[in-house]
Amino acid sequence: MTSPNAATRERLVSLTLTVFAFSSLFFLFLIFLFILIEGLPLFFKAGIKHIILGFKWAPTRGSFGIFPMIVSSCMVTVGALLIGAPLGLGCAIYLAEYAGKQGRIYLKPSLELLAGIPSVVYGFLGVVYIVPVIREYLGGSGFSLLTTSLVLGIMILPTVISISYDALMSVPRSYREGSLAMGATKWQTVYRVVVPSARSGILASFILGMGRAVGETMAVIMVAGNALKIPSGVLEPLRTLTSNIALELAYASGDHRMGLFSTGVVLLIIIMILNYIANFVIRRKVLK
Amino acid sequence: MACCRAILLAGIALIMSACPGGSNHTAVQESFTVNIAGSTSVMPFSEKLAEHFMLEHPTFAINVQAGGSTAGVQACISHTVDIGMCSRELKADEKVLTAIPICYDGIAIVVNPRNPVTSLALSQVRAIFNGSIKNWSELGWIDRRIDAVSREEGSGTRGAFEELVMGTDTIDDATMVQDSNGSVREVVATDPYAIGYLSLGIVDARVTAVAIDNVKPSPVTIHEKQYKIVRPFLYLTLGTPSEAAQLFINYVLSDDGQSILLKEGLIPAYDFS
Repeated sequence: MTSPNAATRERLVSLTLTVFAFSSLFFLFLIFLFILIEGLPLFFKAGIKHIILGFKWAPTRGSFGIFPMIVSSCMVTVGALLIGAPLGLGCAIYLAEYAGKQGRIYLKPSLELLAGIPSVVYGFLGVVYIVPVIREYLGGSGFSLLTTSLVLGIMILPTVISISYDALMSVPRSYREGSLAMGATKWQTVYRVVVPSARSGILASFILGMGRAVGETMAVIMVAGNALKIPSGVLEPLRTLTSNIALELAYASGDHRMGLFSTGVVLLIIIMILNYIANFVIRRKVLK
Repeated sequence: MACCRAILLAGIALIMSACPGGSNHTAVQESFTVNIAGSTSVMPFSEKLAEHFMLEHPTFAINVQAGGSTAGVQACISHTVDIGMCSRELKADEKVLTAIPICYDGIAIVVNPRNPVTSLALSQVRAIFNGSIKNWSELGWIDRRIDAVSREEGSGTRGAFEELVMGTDTIDDATMVQDSNGSVREVVATDPYAIGYLSLGIVDARVTAVAIDNVKPSPVTIHEKQYKIVRPFLYLTLGTPSEAAQLFINYVLSDDGQSILLKEGLIPAYDFS
C-alpha cells in the first residue's frame, strides 16, 4: 500500500531536482543567447577586425576598437597572478604542510572571510590607501596598472589558496613518509615531492584565479583610472573589458550599446577559454 | 467698461480659487503617477523638486530615475517615461522632442586646493584635454605630469564639455575617466596634480574651481553671461504631456520650483534666457 506511493514520491523528487539542475544550464544558455543577439550584429556591421584589432574606442563617432582593452585586461591579469600566485601558493603550502591543527582552525575561516568581502570594499580600500601611496612614492596619478594588479592580486588569493590547498592535501601521505624515510628534510619533501605531485591542481588554481581577475569589475573601475590607451608603464592608467561595459552601459544607446555587448562577447570567449584550460588541466590529473 | 472687466475677472478668480478645494475632494481617491528618467546630473535636483511637489500634492507619485542623458532621450522617444531629463543640448535627430529648459548649470574646471594654478585660458583647458599640454610646468607650476580626469562616453556633462570647450578637438585617449560627477570630485580632491570638469552645483570646498579667461564660475558670472561654459538642464516631453506631468512641469517653472533650484546653486531658467 505504501510502496507505490513512496515510489511516486521518489520519482517526483528526482524529477523536480532534475528540473532545478537543468534550470542553471537554461540560465547560462539564456545569458549566452542574450549577449550574442545583442552583440553579434555589430561584428557583422563593423567587421571583426575593426572591433578586435581596432585601437580607437569612440562609439558615438563610429569607432569600436577594443584592442587596447583586451591588452589591458591581459596585463592586469598577469599582474594579479605575479602577486597572487606566489603569495597564495605559499599560504597553501603553509596550511597543508606546516600549520598544525590549531593554525588551520584560525587560518581557514579567515581566508573564507577574505573571499566573502564585496569587491567594492577592495576597490574602496585601493582608492583610499594604495592609490595615494603609489602617487606619493612612485609617481603618476596612482590610478594605474600597478595599483590594479595589487588589488586584484589580493582578490584572487582565496581562489588560489583553497584550490591549491585541496590539491596539496590530496597528495597521499605515503609520498611524504617515503621521502622523509629516505632522509629528505621537510622542505625538500615539500619542494621536490609534494608540490610536483599537486602540480596540475596548483596550475588549475592559477587559471581559475586568472578567470576571477579578468572578470572583476567594480574594484577595477575604482582604481584603474579607465584611460583608453594601452598603458606604456606600470604607473599608467588603463581600462579593462569589464570596466568598459560597466562604465558606459548606463548612458549607451544604439550602436554604442551594441559595442558594449560585443565587448561582452569577447569577454565571454576569454573566460570560456580560461575555464576550458582549467578543466583540461584538472582532468589530466584525474586520468593520470 | 474697464470696471466691468475687473468685476468679471474678480468673479473668475473667485470661482477658480474655490475650485481647487472641490476638485481636491474628488481627487482623494485618484492618484497620479509621473515617471521621470535621464541625466544623472539633473536627477538629484528633480528628486528634490519632486519631494516638495509631493508634499503639496499628496495624490501624486513622482518617480525619478537616473540612467543618463542619452537614456533619458531614448526613454522619452519610446514613451516609456512621461518626462526625460537631459543635461546637454538635443542633437538634430532628437529634435522630435519638446525641450523645456528648467534651469542652467555651469561646468566648472576644477583643480586640487594645493594647486597654485587658479586661472586658465579656455584654449589651455582644451590643450590639456586634447593631450597637447601634458605637464604642469607648461602652465607655470612644478615639473609634474597633469592627471586629467574626464567623464565616460555618453555622459551629458562630457557631451556639453566637448561641445563648449573642445569644439572640433577630441579628448585624448590617455585621459583618465570616472563615471560620475562625484568620482571626478573625489579624484581631484585627493590628487594634487589632477584637473577635471564637473557640474558647478557639485563643487565644494575640497576642490577649487578655476577662473576661465579670468572669469570665476558662479551664479552671478553665469547670469551676466561672462562665464561661458554653461549648459541647460532640459525636461523633455513627446508631444503634449499628460495633465499630471504638465502640472509638475508648471510647478518646476514656477517661482517656488525655481527658488529651490536657485538654492542648489543653479541658474533659474527665467534669469538666463
